[in-house]
Amino acid sequence: MEREAIIEVRGLRNQFGSQVIHDQLDLDIYRGEVLGIVGGSGTGKSVLLRTILGLNKPAAGRIGLFGKARGDMTPAEERAVERRWGVLFQDGALFSSLTVAQNIQVALKEHLHLPQYLLDEIAAVKIALVGLPVEAGPKFPSELSGGMRKRAGLARALALDPEIVFLDEPTAGLDPIGAAAFDDLIKNLQETLGLTVFMVTHDLDSLYAICNRIAVLAEKRVLVTGTIEEMTRQDHPWIKEYFHGPRGRAAVAAKTRNAMT
Amino acid sequence: MSDQVMATQTWLEVSDDAASLVLRPLGDWVVSHAAVIDQILNHLETHGRRAATFDLSHLGKLDTAGAWLIYRTGRTFERAGAKVTISGATGPQATLLNAVAKGDRPVRVEPHPGNIFTNLIVRMGHALEEAGQTILSLVGFFGLVLETLGKTLVNPRRLRVTSTVYHMEQTGLNAVPIVSLITFLIGAVMAYQGGDQLKRFGAEVFTVNLVAAGFLREMGILLTAIMVAGRSGSAFTAQIGSMKLREEIDAMRTLGLDPMEVLVLPRVIALIIMVPILGFIAAMMGLIGGGLVVWLDMGMSPQMYIERLYSAADFWDGAVAFIKAPVFGLMIAMIGCYEGLKVEGSAESVGQRTTASVVESIFTVIVIDAVFSILFVNIGI
Repeated sequence: MEREAIIEVRGLRNQFGSQVIHDQLDLDIYRGEVLGIVGGSGTGKSVLLRTILGLNKPAAGRIGLFGKARGDMTPAEERAVERRWGVLFQDGALFSSLTVAQNIQVALKEHLHLPQYLLDEIAAVKIALVGLPVEAGPKFPSELSGGMRKRAGLARALALDPEIVFLDEPTAGLDPIGAAAFDDLIKNLQETLGLTVFMVTHDLDSLYAICNRIAVLAEKRVLVTGTIEEMTRQDHPWIKEYFHGPRGRAAVAAKTRNAMT
Repeated sequence: MSDQVMATQTWLEVSDDAASLVLRPLGDWVVSHAAVIDQILNHLETHGRRAATFDLSHLGKLDTAGAWLIYRTGRTFERAGAKVTISGATGPQATLLNAVAKGDRPVRVEPHPGNIFTNLIVRMGHALEEAGQTILSLVGFFGLVLETLGKTLVNPRRLRVTSTVYHMEQTGLNAVPIVSLITFLIGAVMAYQGGDQLKRFGAEVFTVNLVAAGFLREMGILLTAIMVAGRSGSAFTAQIGSMKLREEIDAMRTLGLDPMEVLVLPRVIALIIMVPILGFIAAMMGLIGGGLVVWLDMGMSPQMYIERLYSAADFWDGAVAFIKAPVFGLMIAMIGCYEGLKVEGSAESVGQRTTASVVESIFTVIVIDAVFSILFVNIGI
């Protein structure tokens, strides 16, 4: 089956001053997959995410979004593309002066003319989708726990029913139970809404639990991509260390245990 | 054909036979079309239907908003007593319809507003309580500062000299241009306006007395204190506040460093020393500004001006300012540091505390100035 690449990165180069972060980086994101990005600290995982989102201007290279290169787009086309994706930042990045329900409604109000009752109903649906209780709606972000803030952030990312969501370390800062629940939530939503997920993560359990494909960032580019089984067969020292280290083995053991029960 | 009918034909095909209704969604039922589809669905007659069927076989794309509209319409028909069936849904569409059913519960968007008058009284009470608490803990903090100051006097090696000098430069030396400029201009304005009034009584010469008494006793030091509060007091709060946010203060404590000694004392000492110096510069610049106006506007020569200054002001006019200045410096530094240490939670708190710091220190400076005035009048200086 021909896979449709909805985002194509070609020959990307990023540098800050004389420090080169990415050089000749190529990456495809296919429709309907859950792609996990891994890499050591400072390999520019978040920079890659920000570059694809247009928050960071690359020094060179082409970024194709839904079949069109970013440089060739008119501002109107860029805005249209922005409506087709949702982003969950590391700590949710909820607007602190708005309640959770209002946060979800921000993009809907900005882009569409919907009556207030429909806005409220849609907010209720999103809140239920991400597994937040009804009482969370009128609360301000400062009144929520870290896990709830991430769920609220995800609800806001899903406000316009995007085709692809970008998650920046979605399980960082959550306890293991909360992290596992969040993994389940992402998997569930991905299946229910037919989402494509681009996920920057350090969490091996997440990689095993929900990612179809993994891209390893090292040596300033995407070193390899493939399924988790393919990763464990790689010879590159860093990848070996990453997937066969003590934490990697623990994640495999957990996966096998879960598969057996 | 009306717009309503046109729109209906684009999005929904309705076949109506007697009691049963078949609804066939057409096109993409996605959030960007939700408003118009919602309109159409709201116009459907639910009354007296025994059965309603959603036939999704001609539906294009479906997202949560579209699924919600189908679910909600179905629910409305059910409440009106009709039997609702959904046919022709693909697997993912059925999953989505089940998922949105969980969202069928009203969610409040804003917290309960409550009664305006009760809120007003509650807020007043809170503000009053907070003000009382602030005064109490400021007095406590004042004691703490004095204690640390005392300990350092006994054992001067504990004083952070580098830090103190750095803050003296930041708060004192770097403030000289702006303090000079502002007091120079105010001095000129005071002489100009005051001279204009005094001219009516033929008492122009007393403009010099006005400027001398005003600047040496009050204006010079008060303007300085207000500017230092806005410039350095706020900086202290923001610096210490952001350190507090990043847990640097806690880290200091665990390493056995006393934040009072490391952070607060150098700032307090810097202002105690620098505010009098700035105050002196301010008074001089005010006198120069006034002198310039008197010279250009009234033709009084600089020599004459200086002579008249000697007769208009005595020793205590200048000395009074130097009694007040260190106290102002102490208060501004103390409040700035105190508010900084009270920062907690978010970056928003730094902003609130900085505002509070400036307001409180200016307020305190003016209150203390008033107290000093009464005191000096009573002891006759």
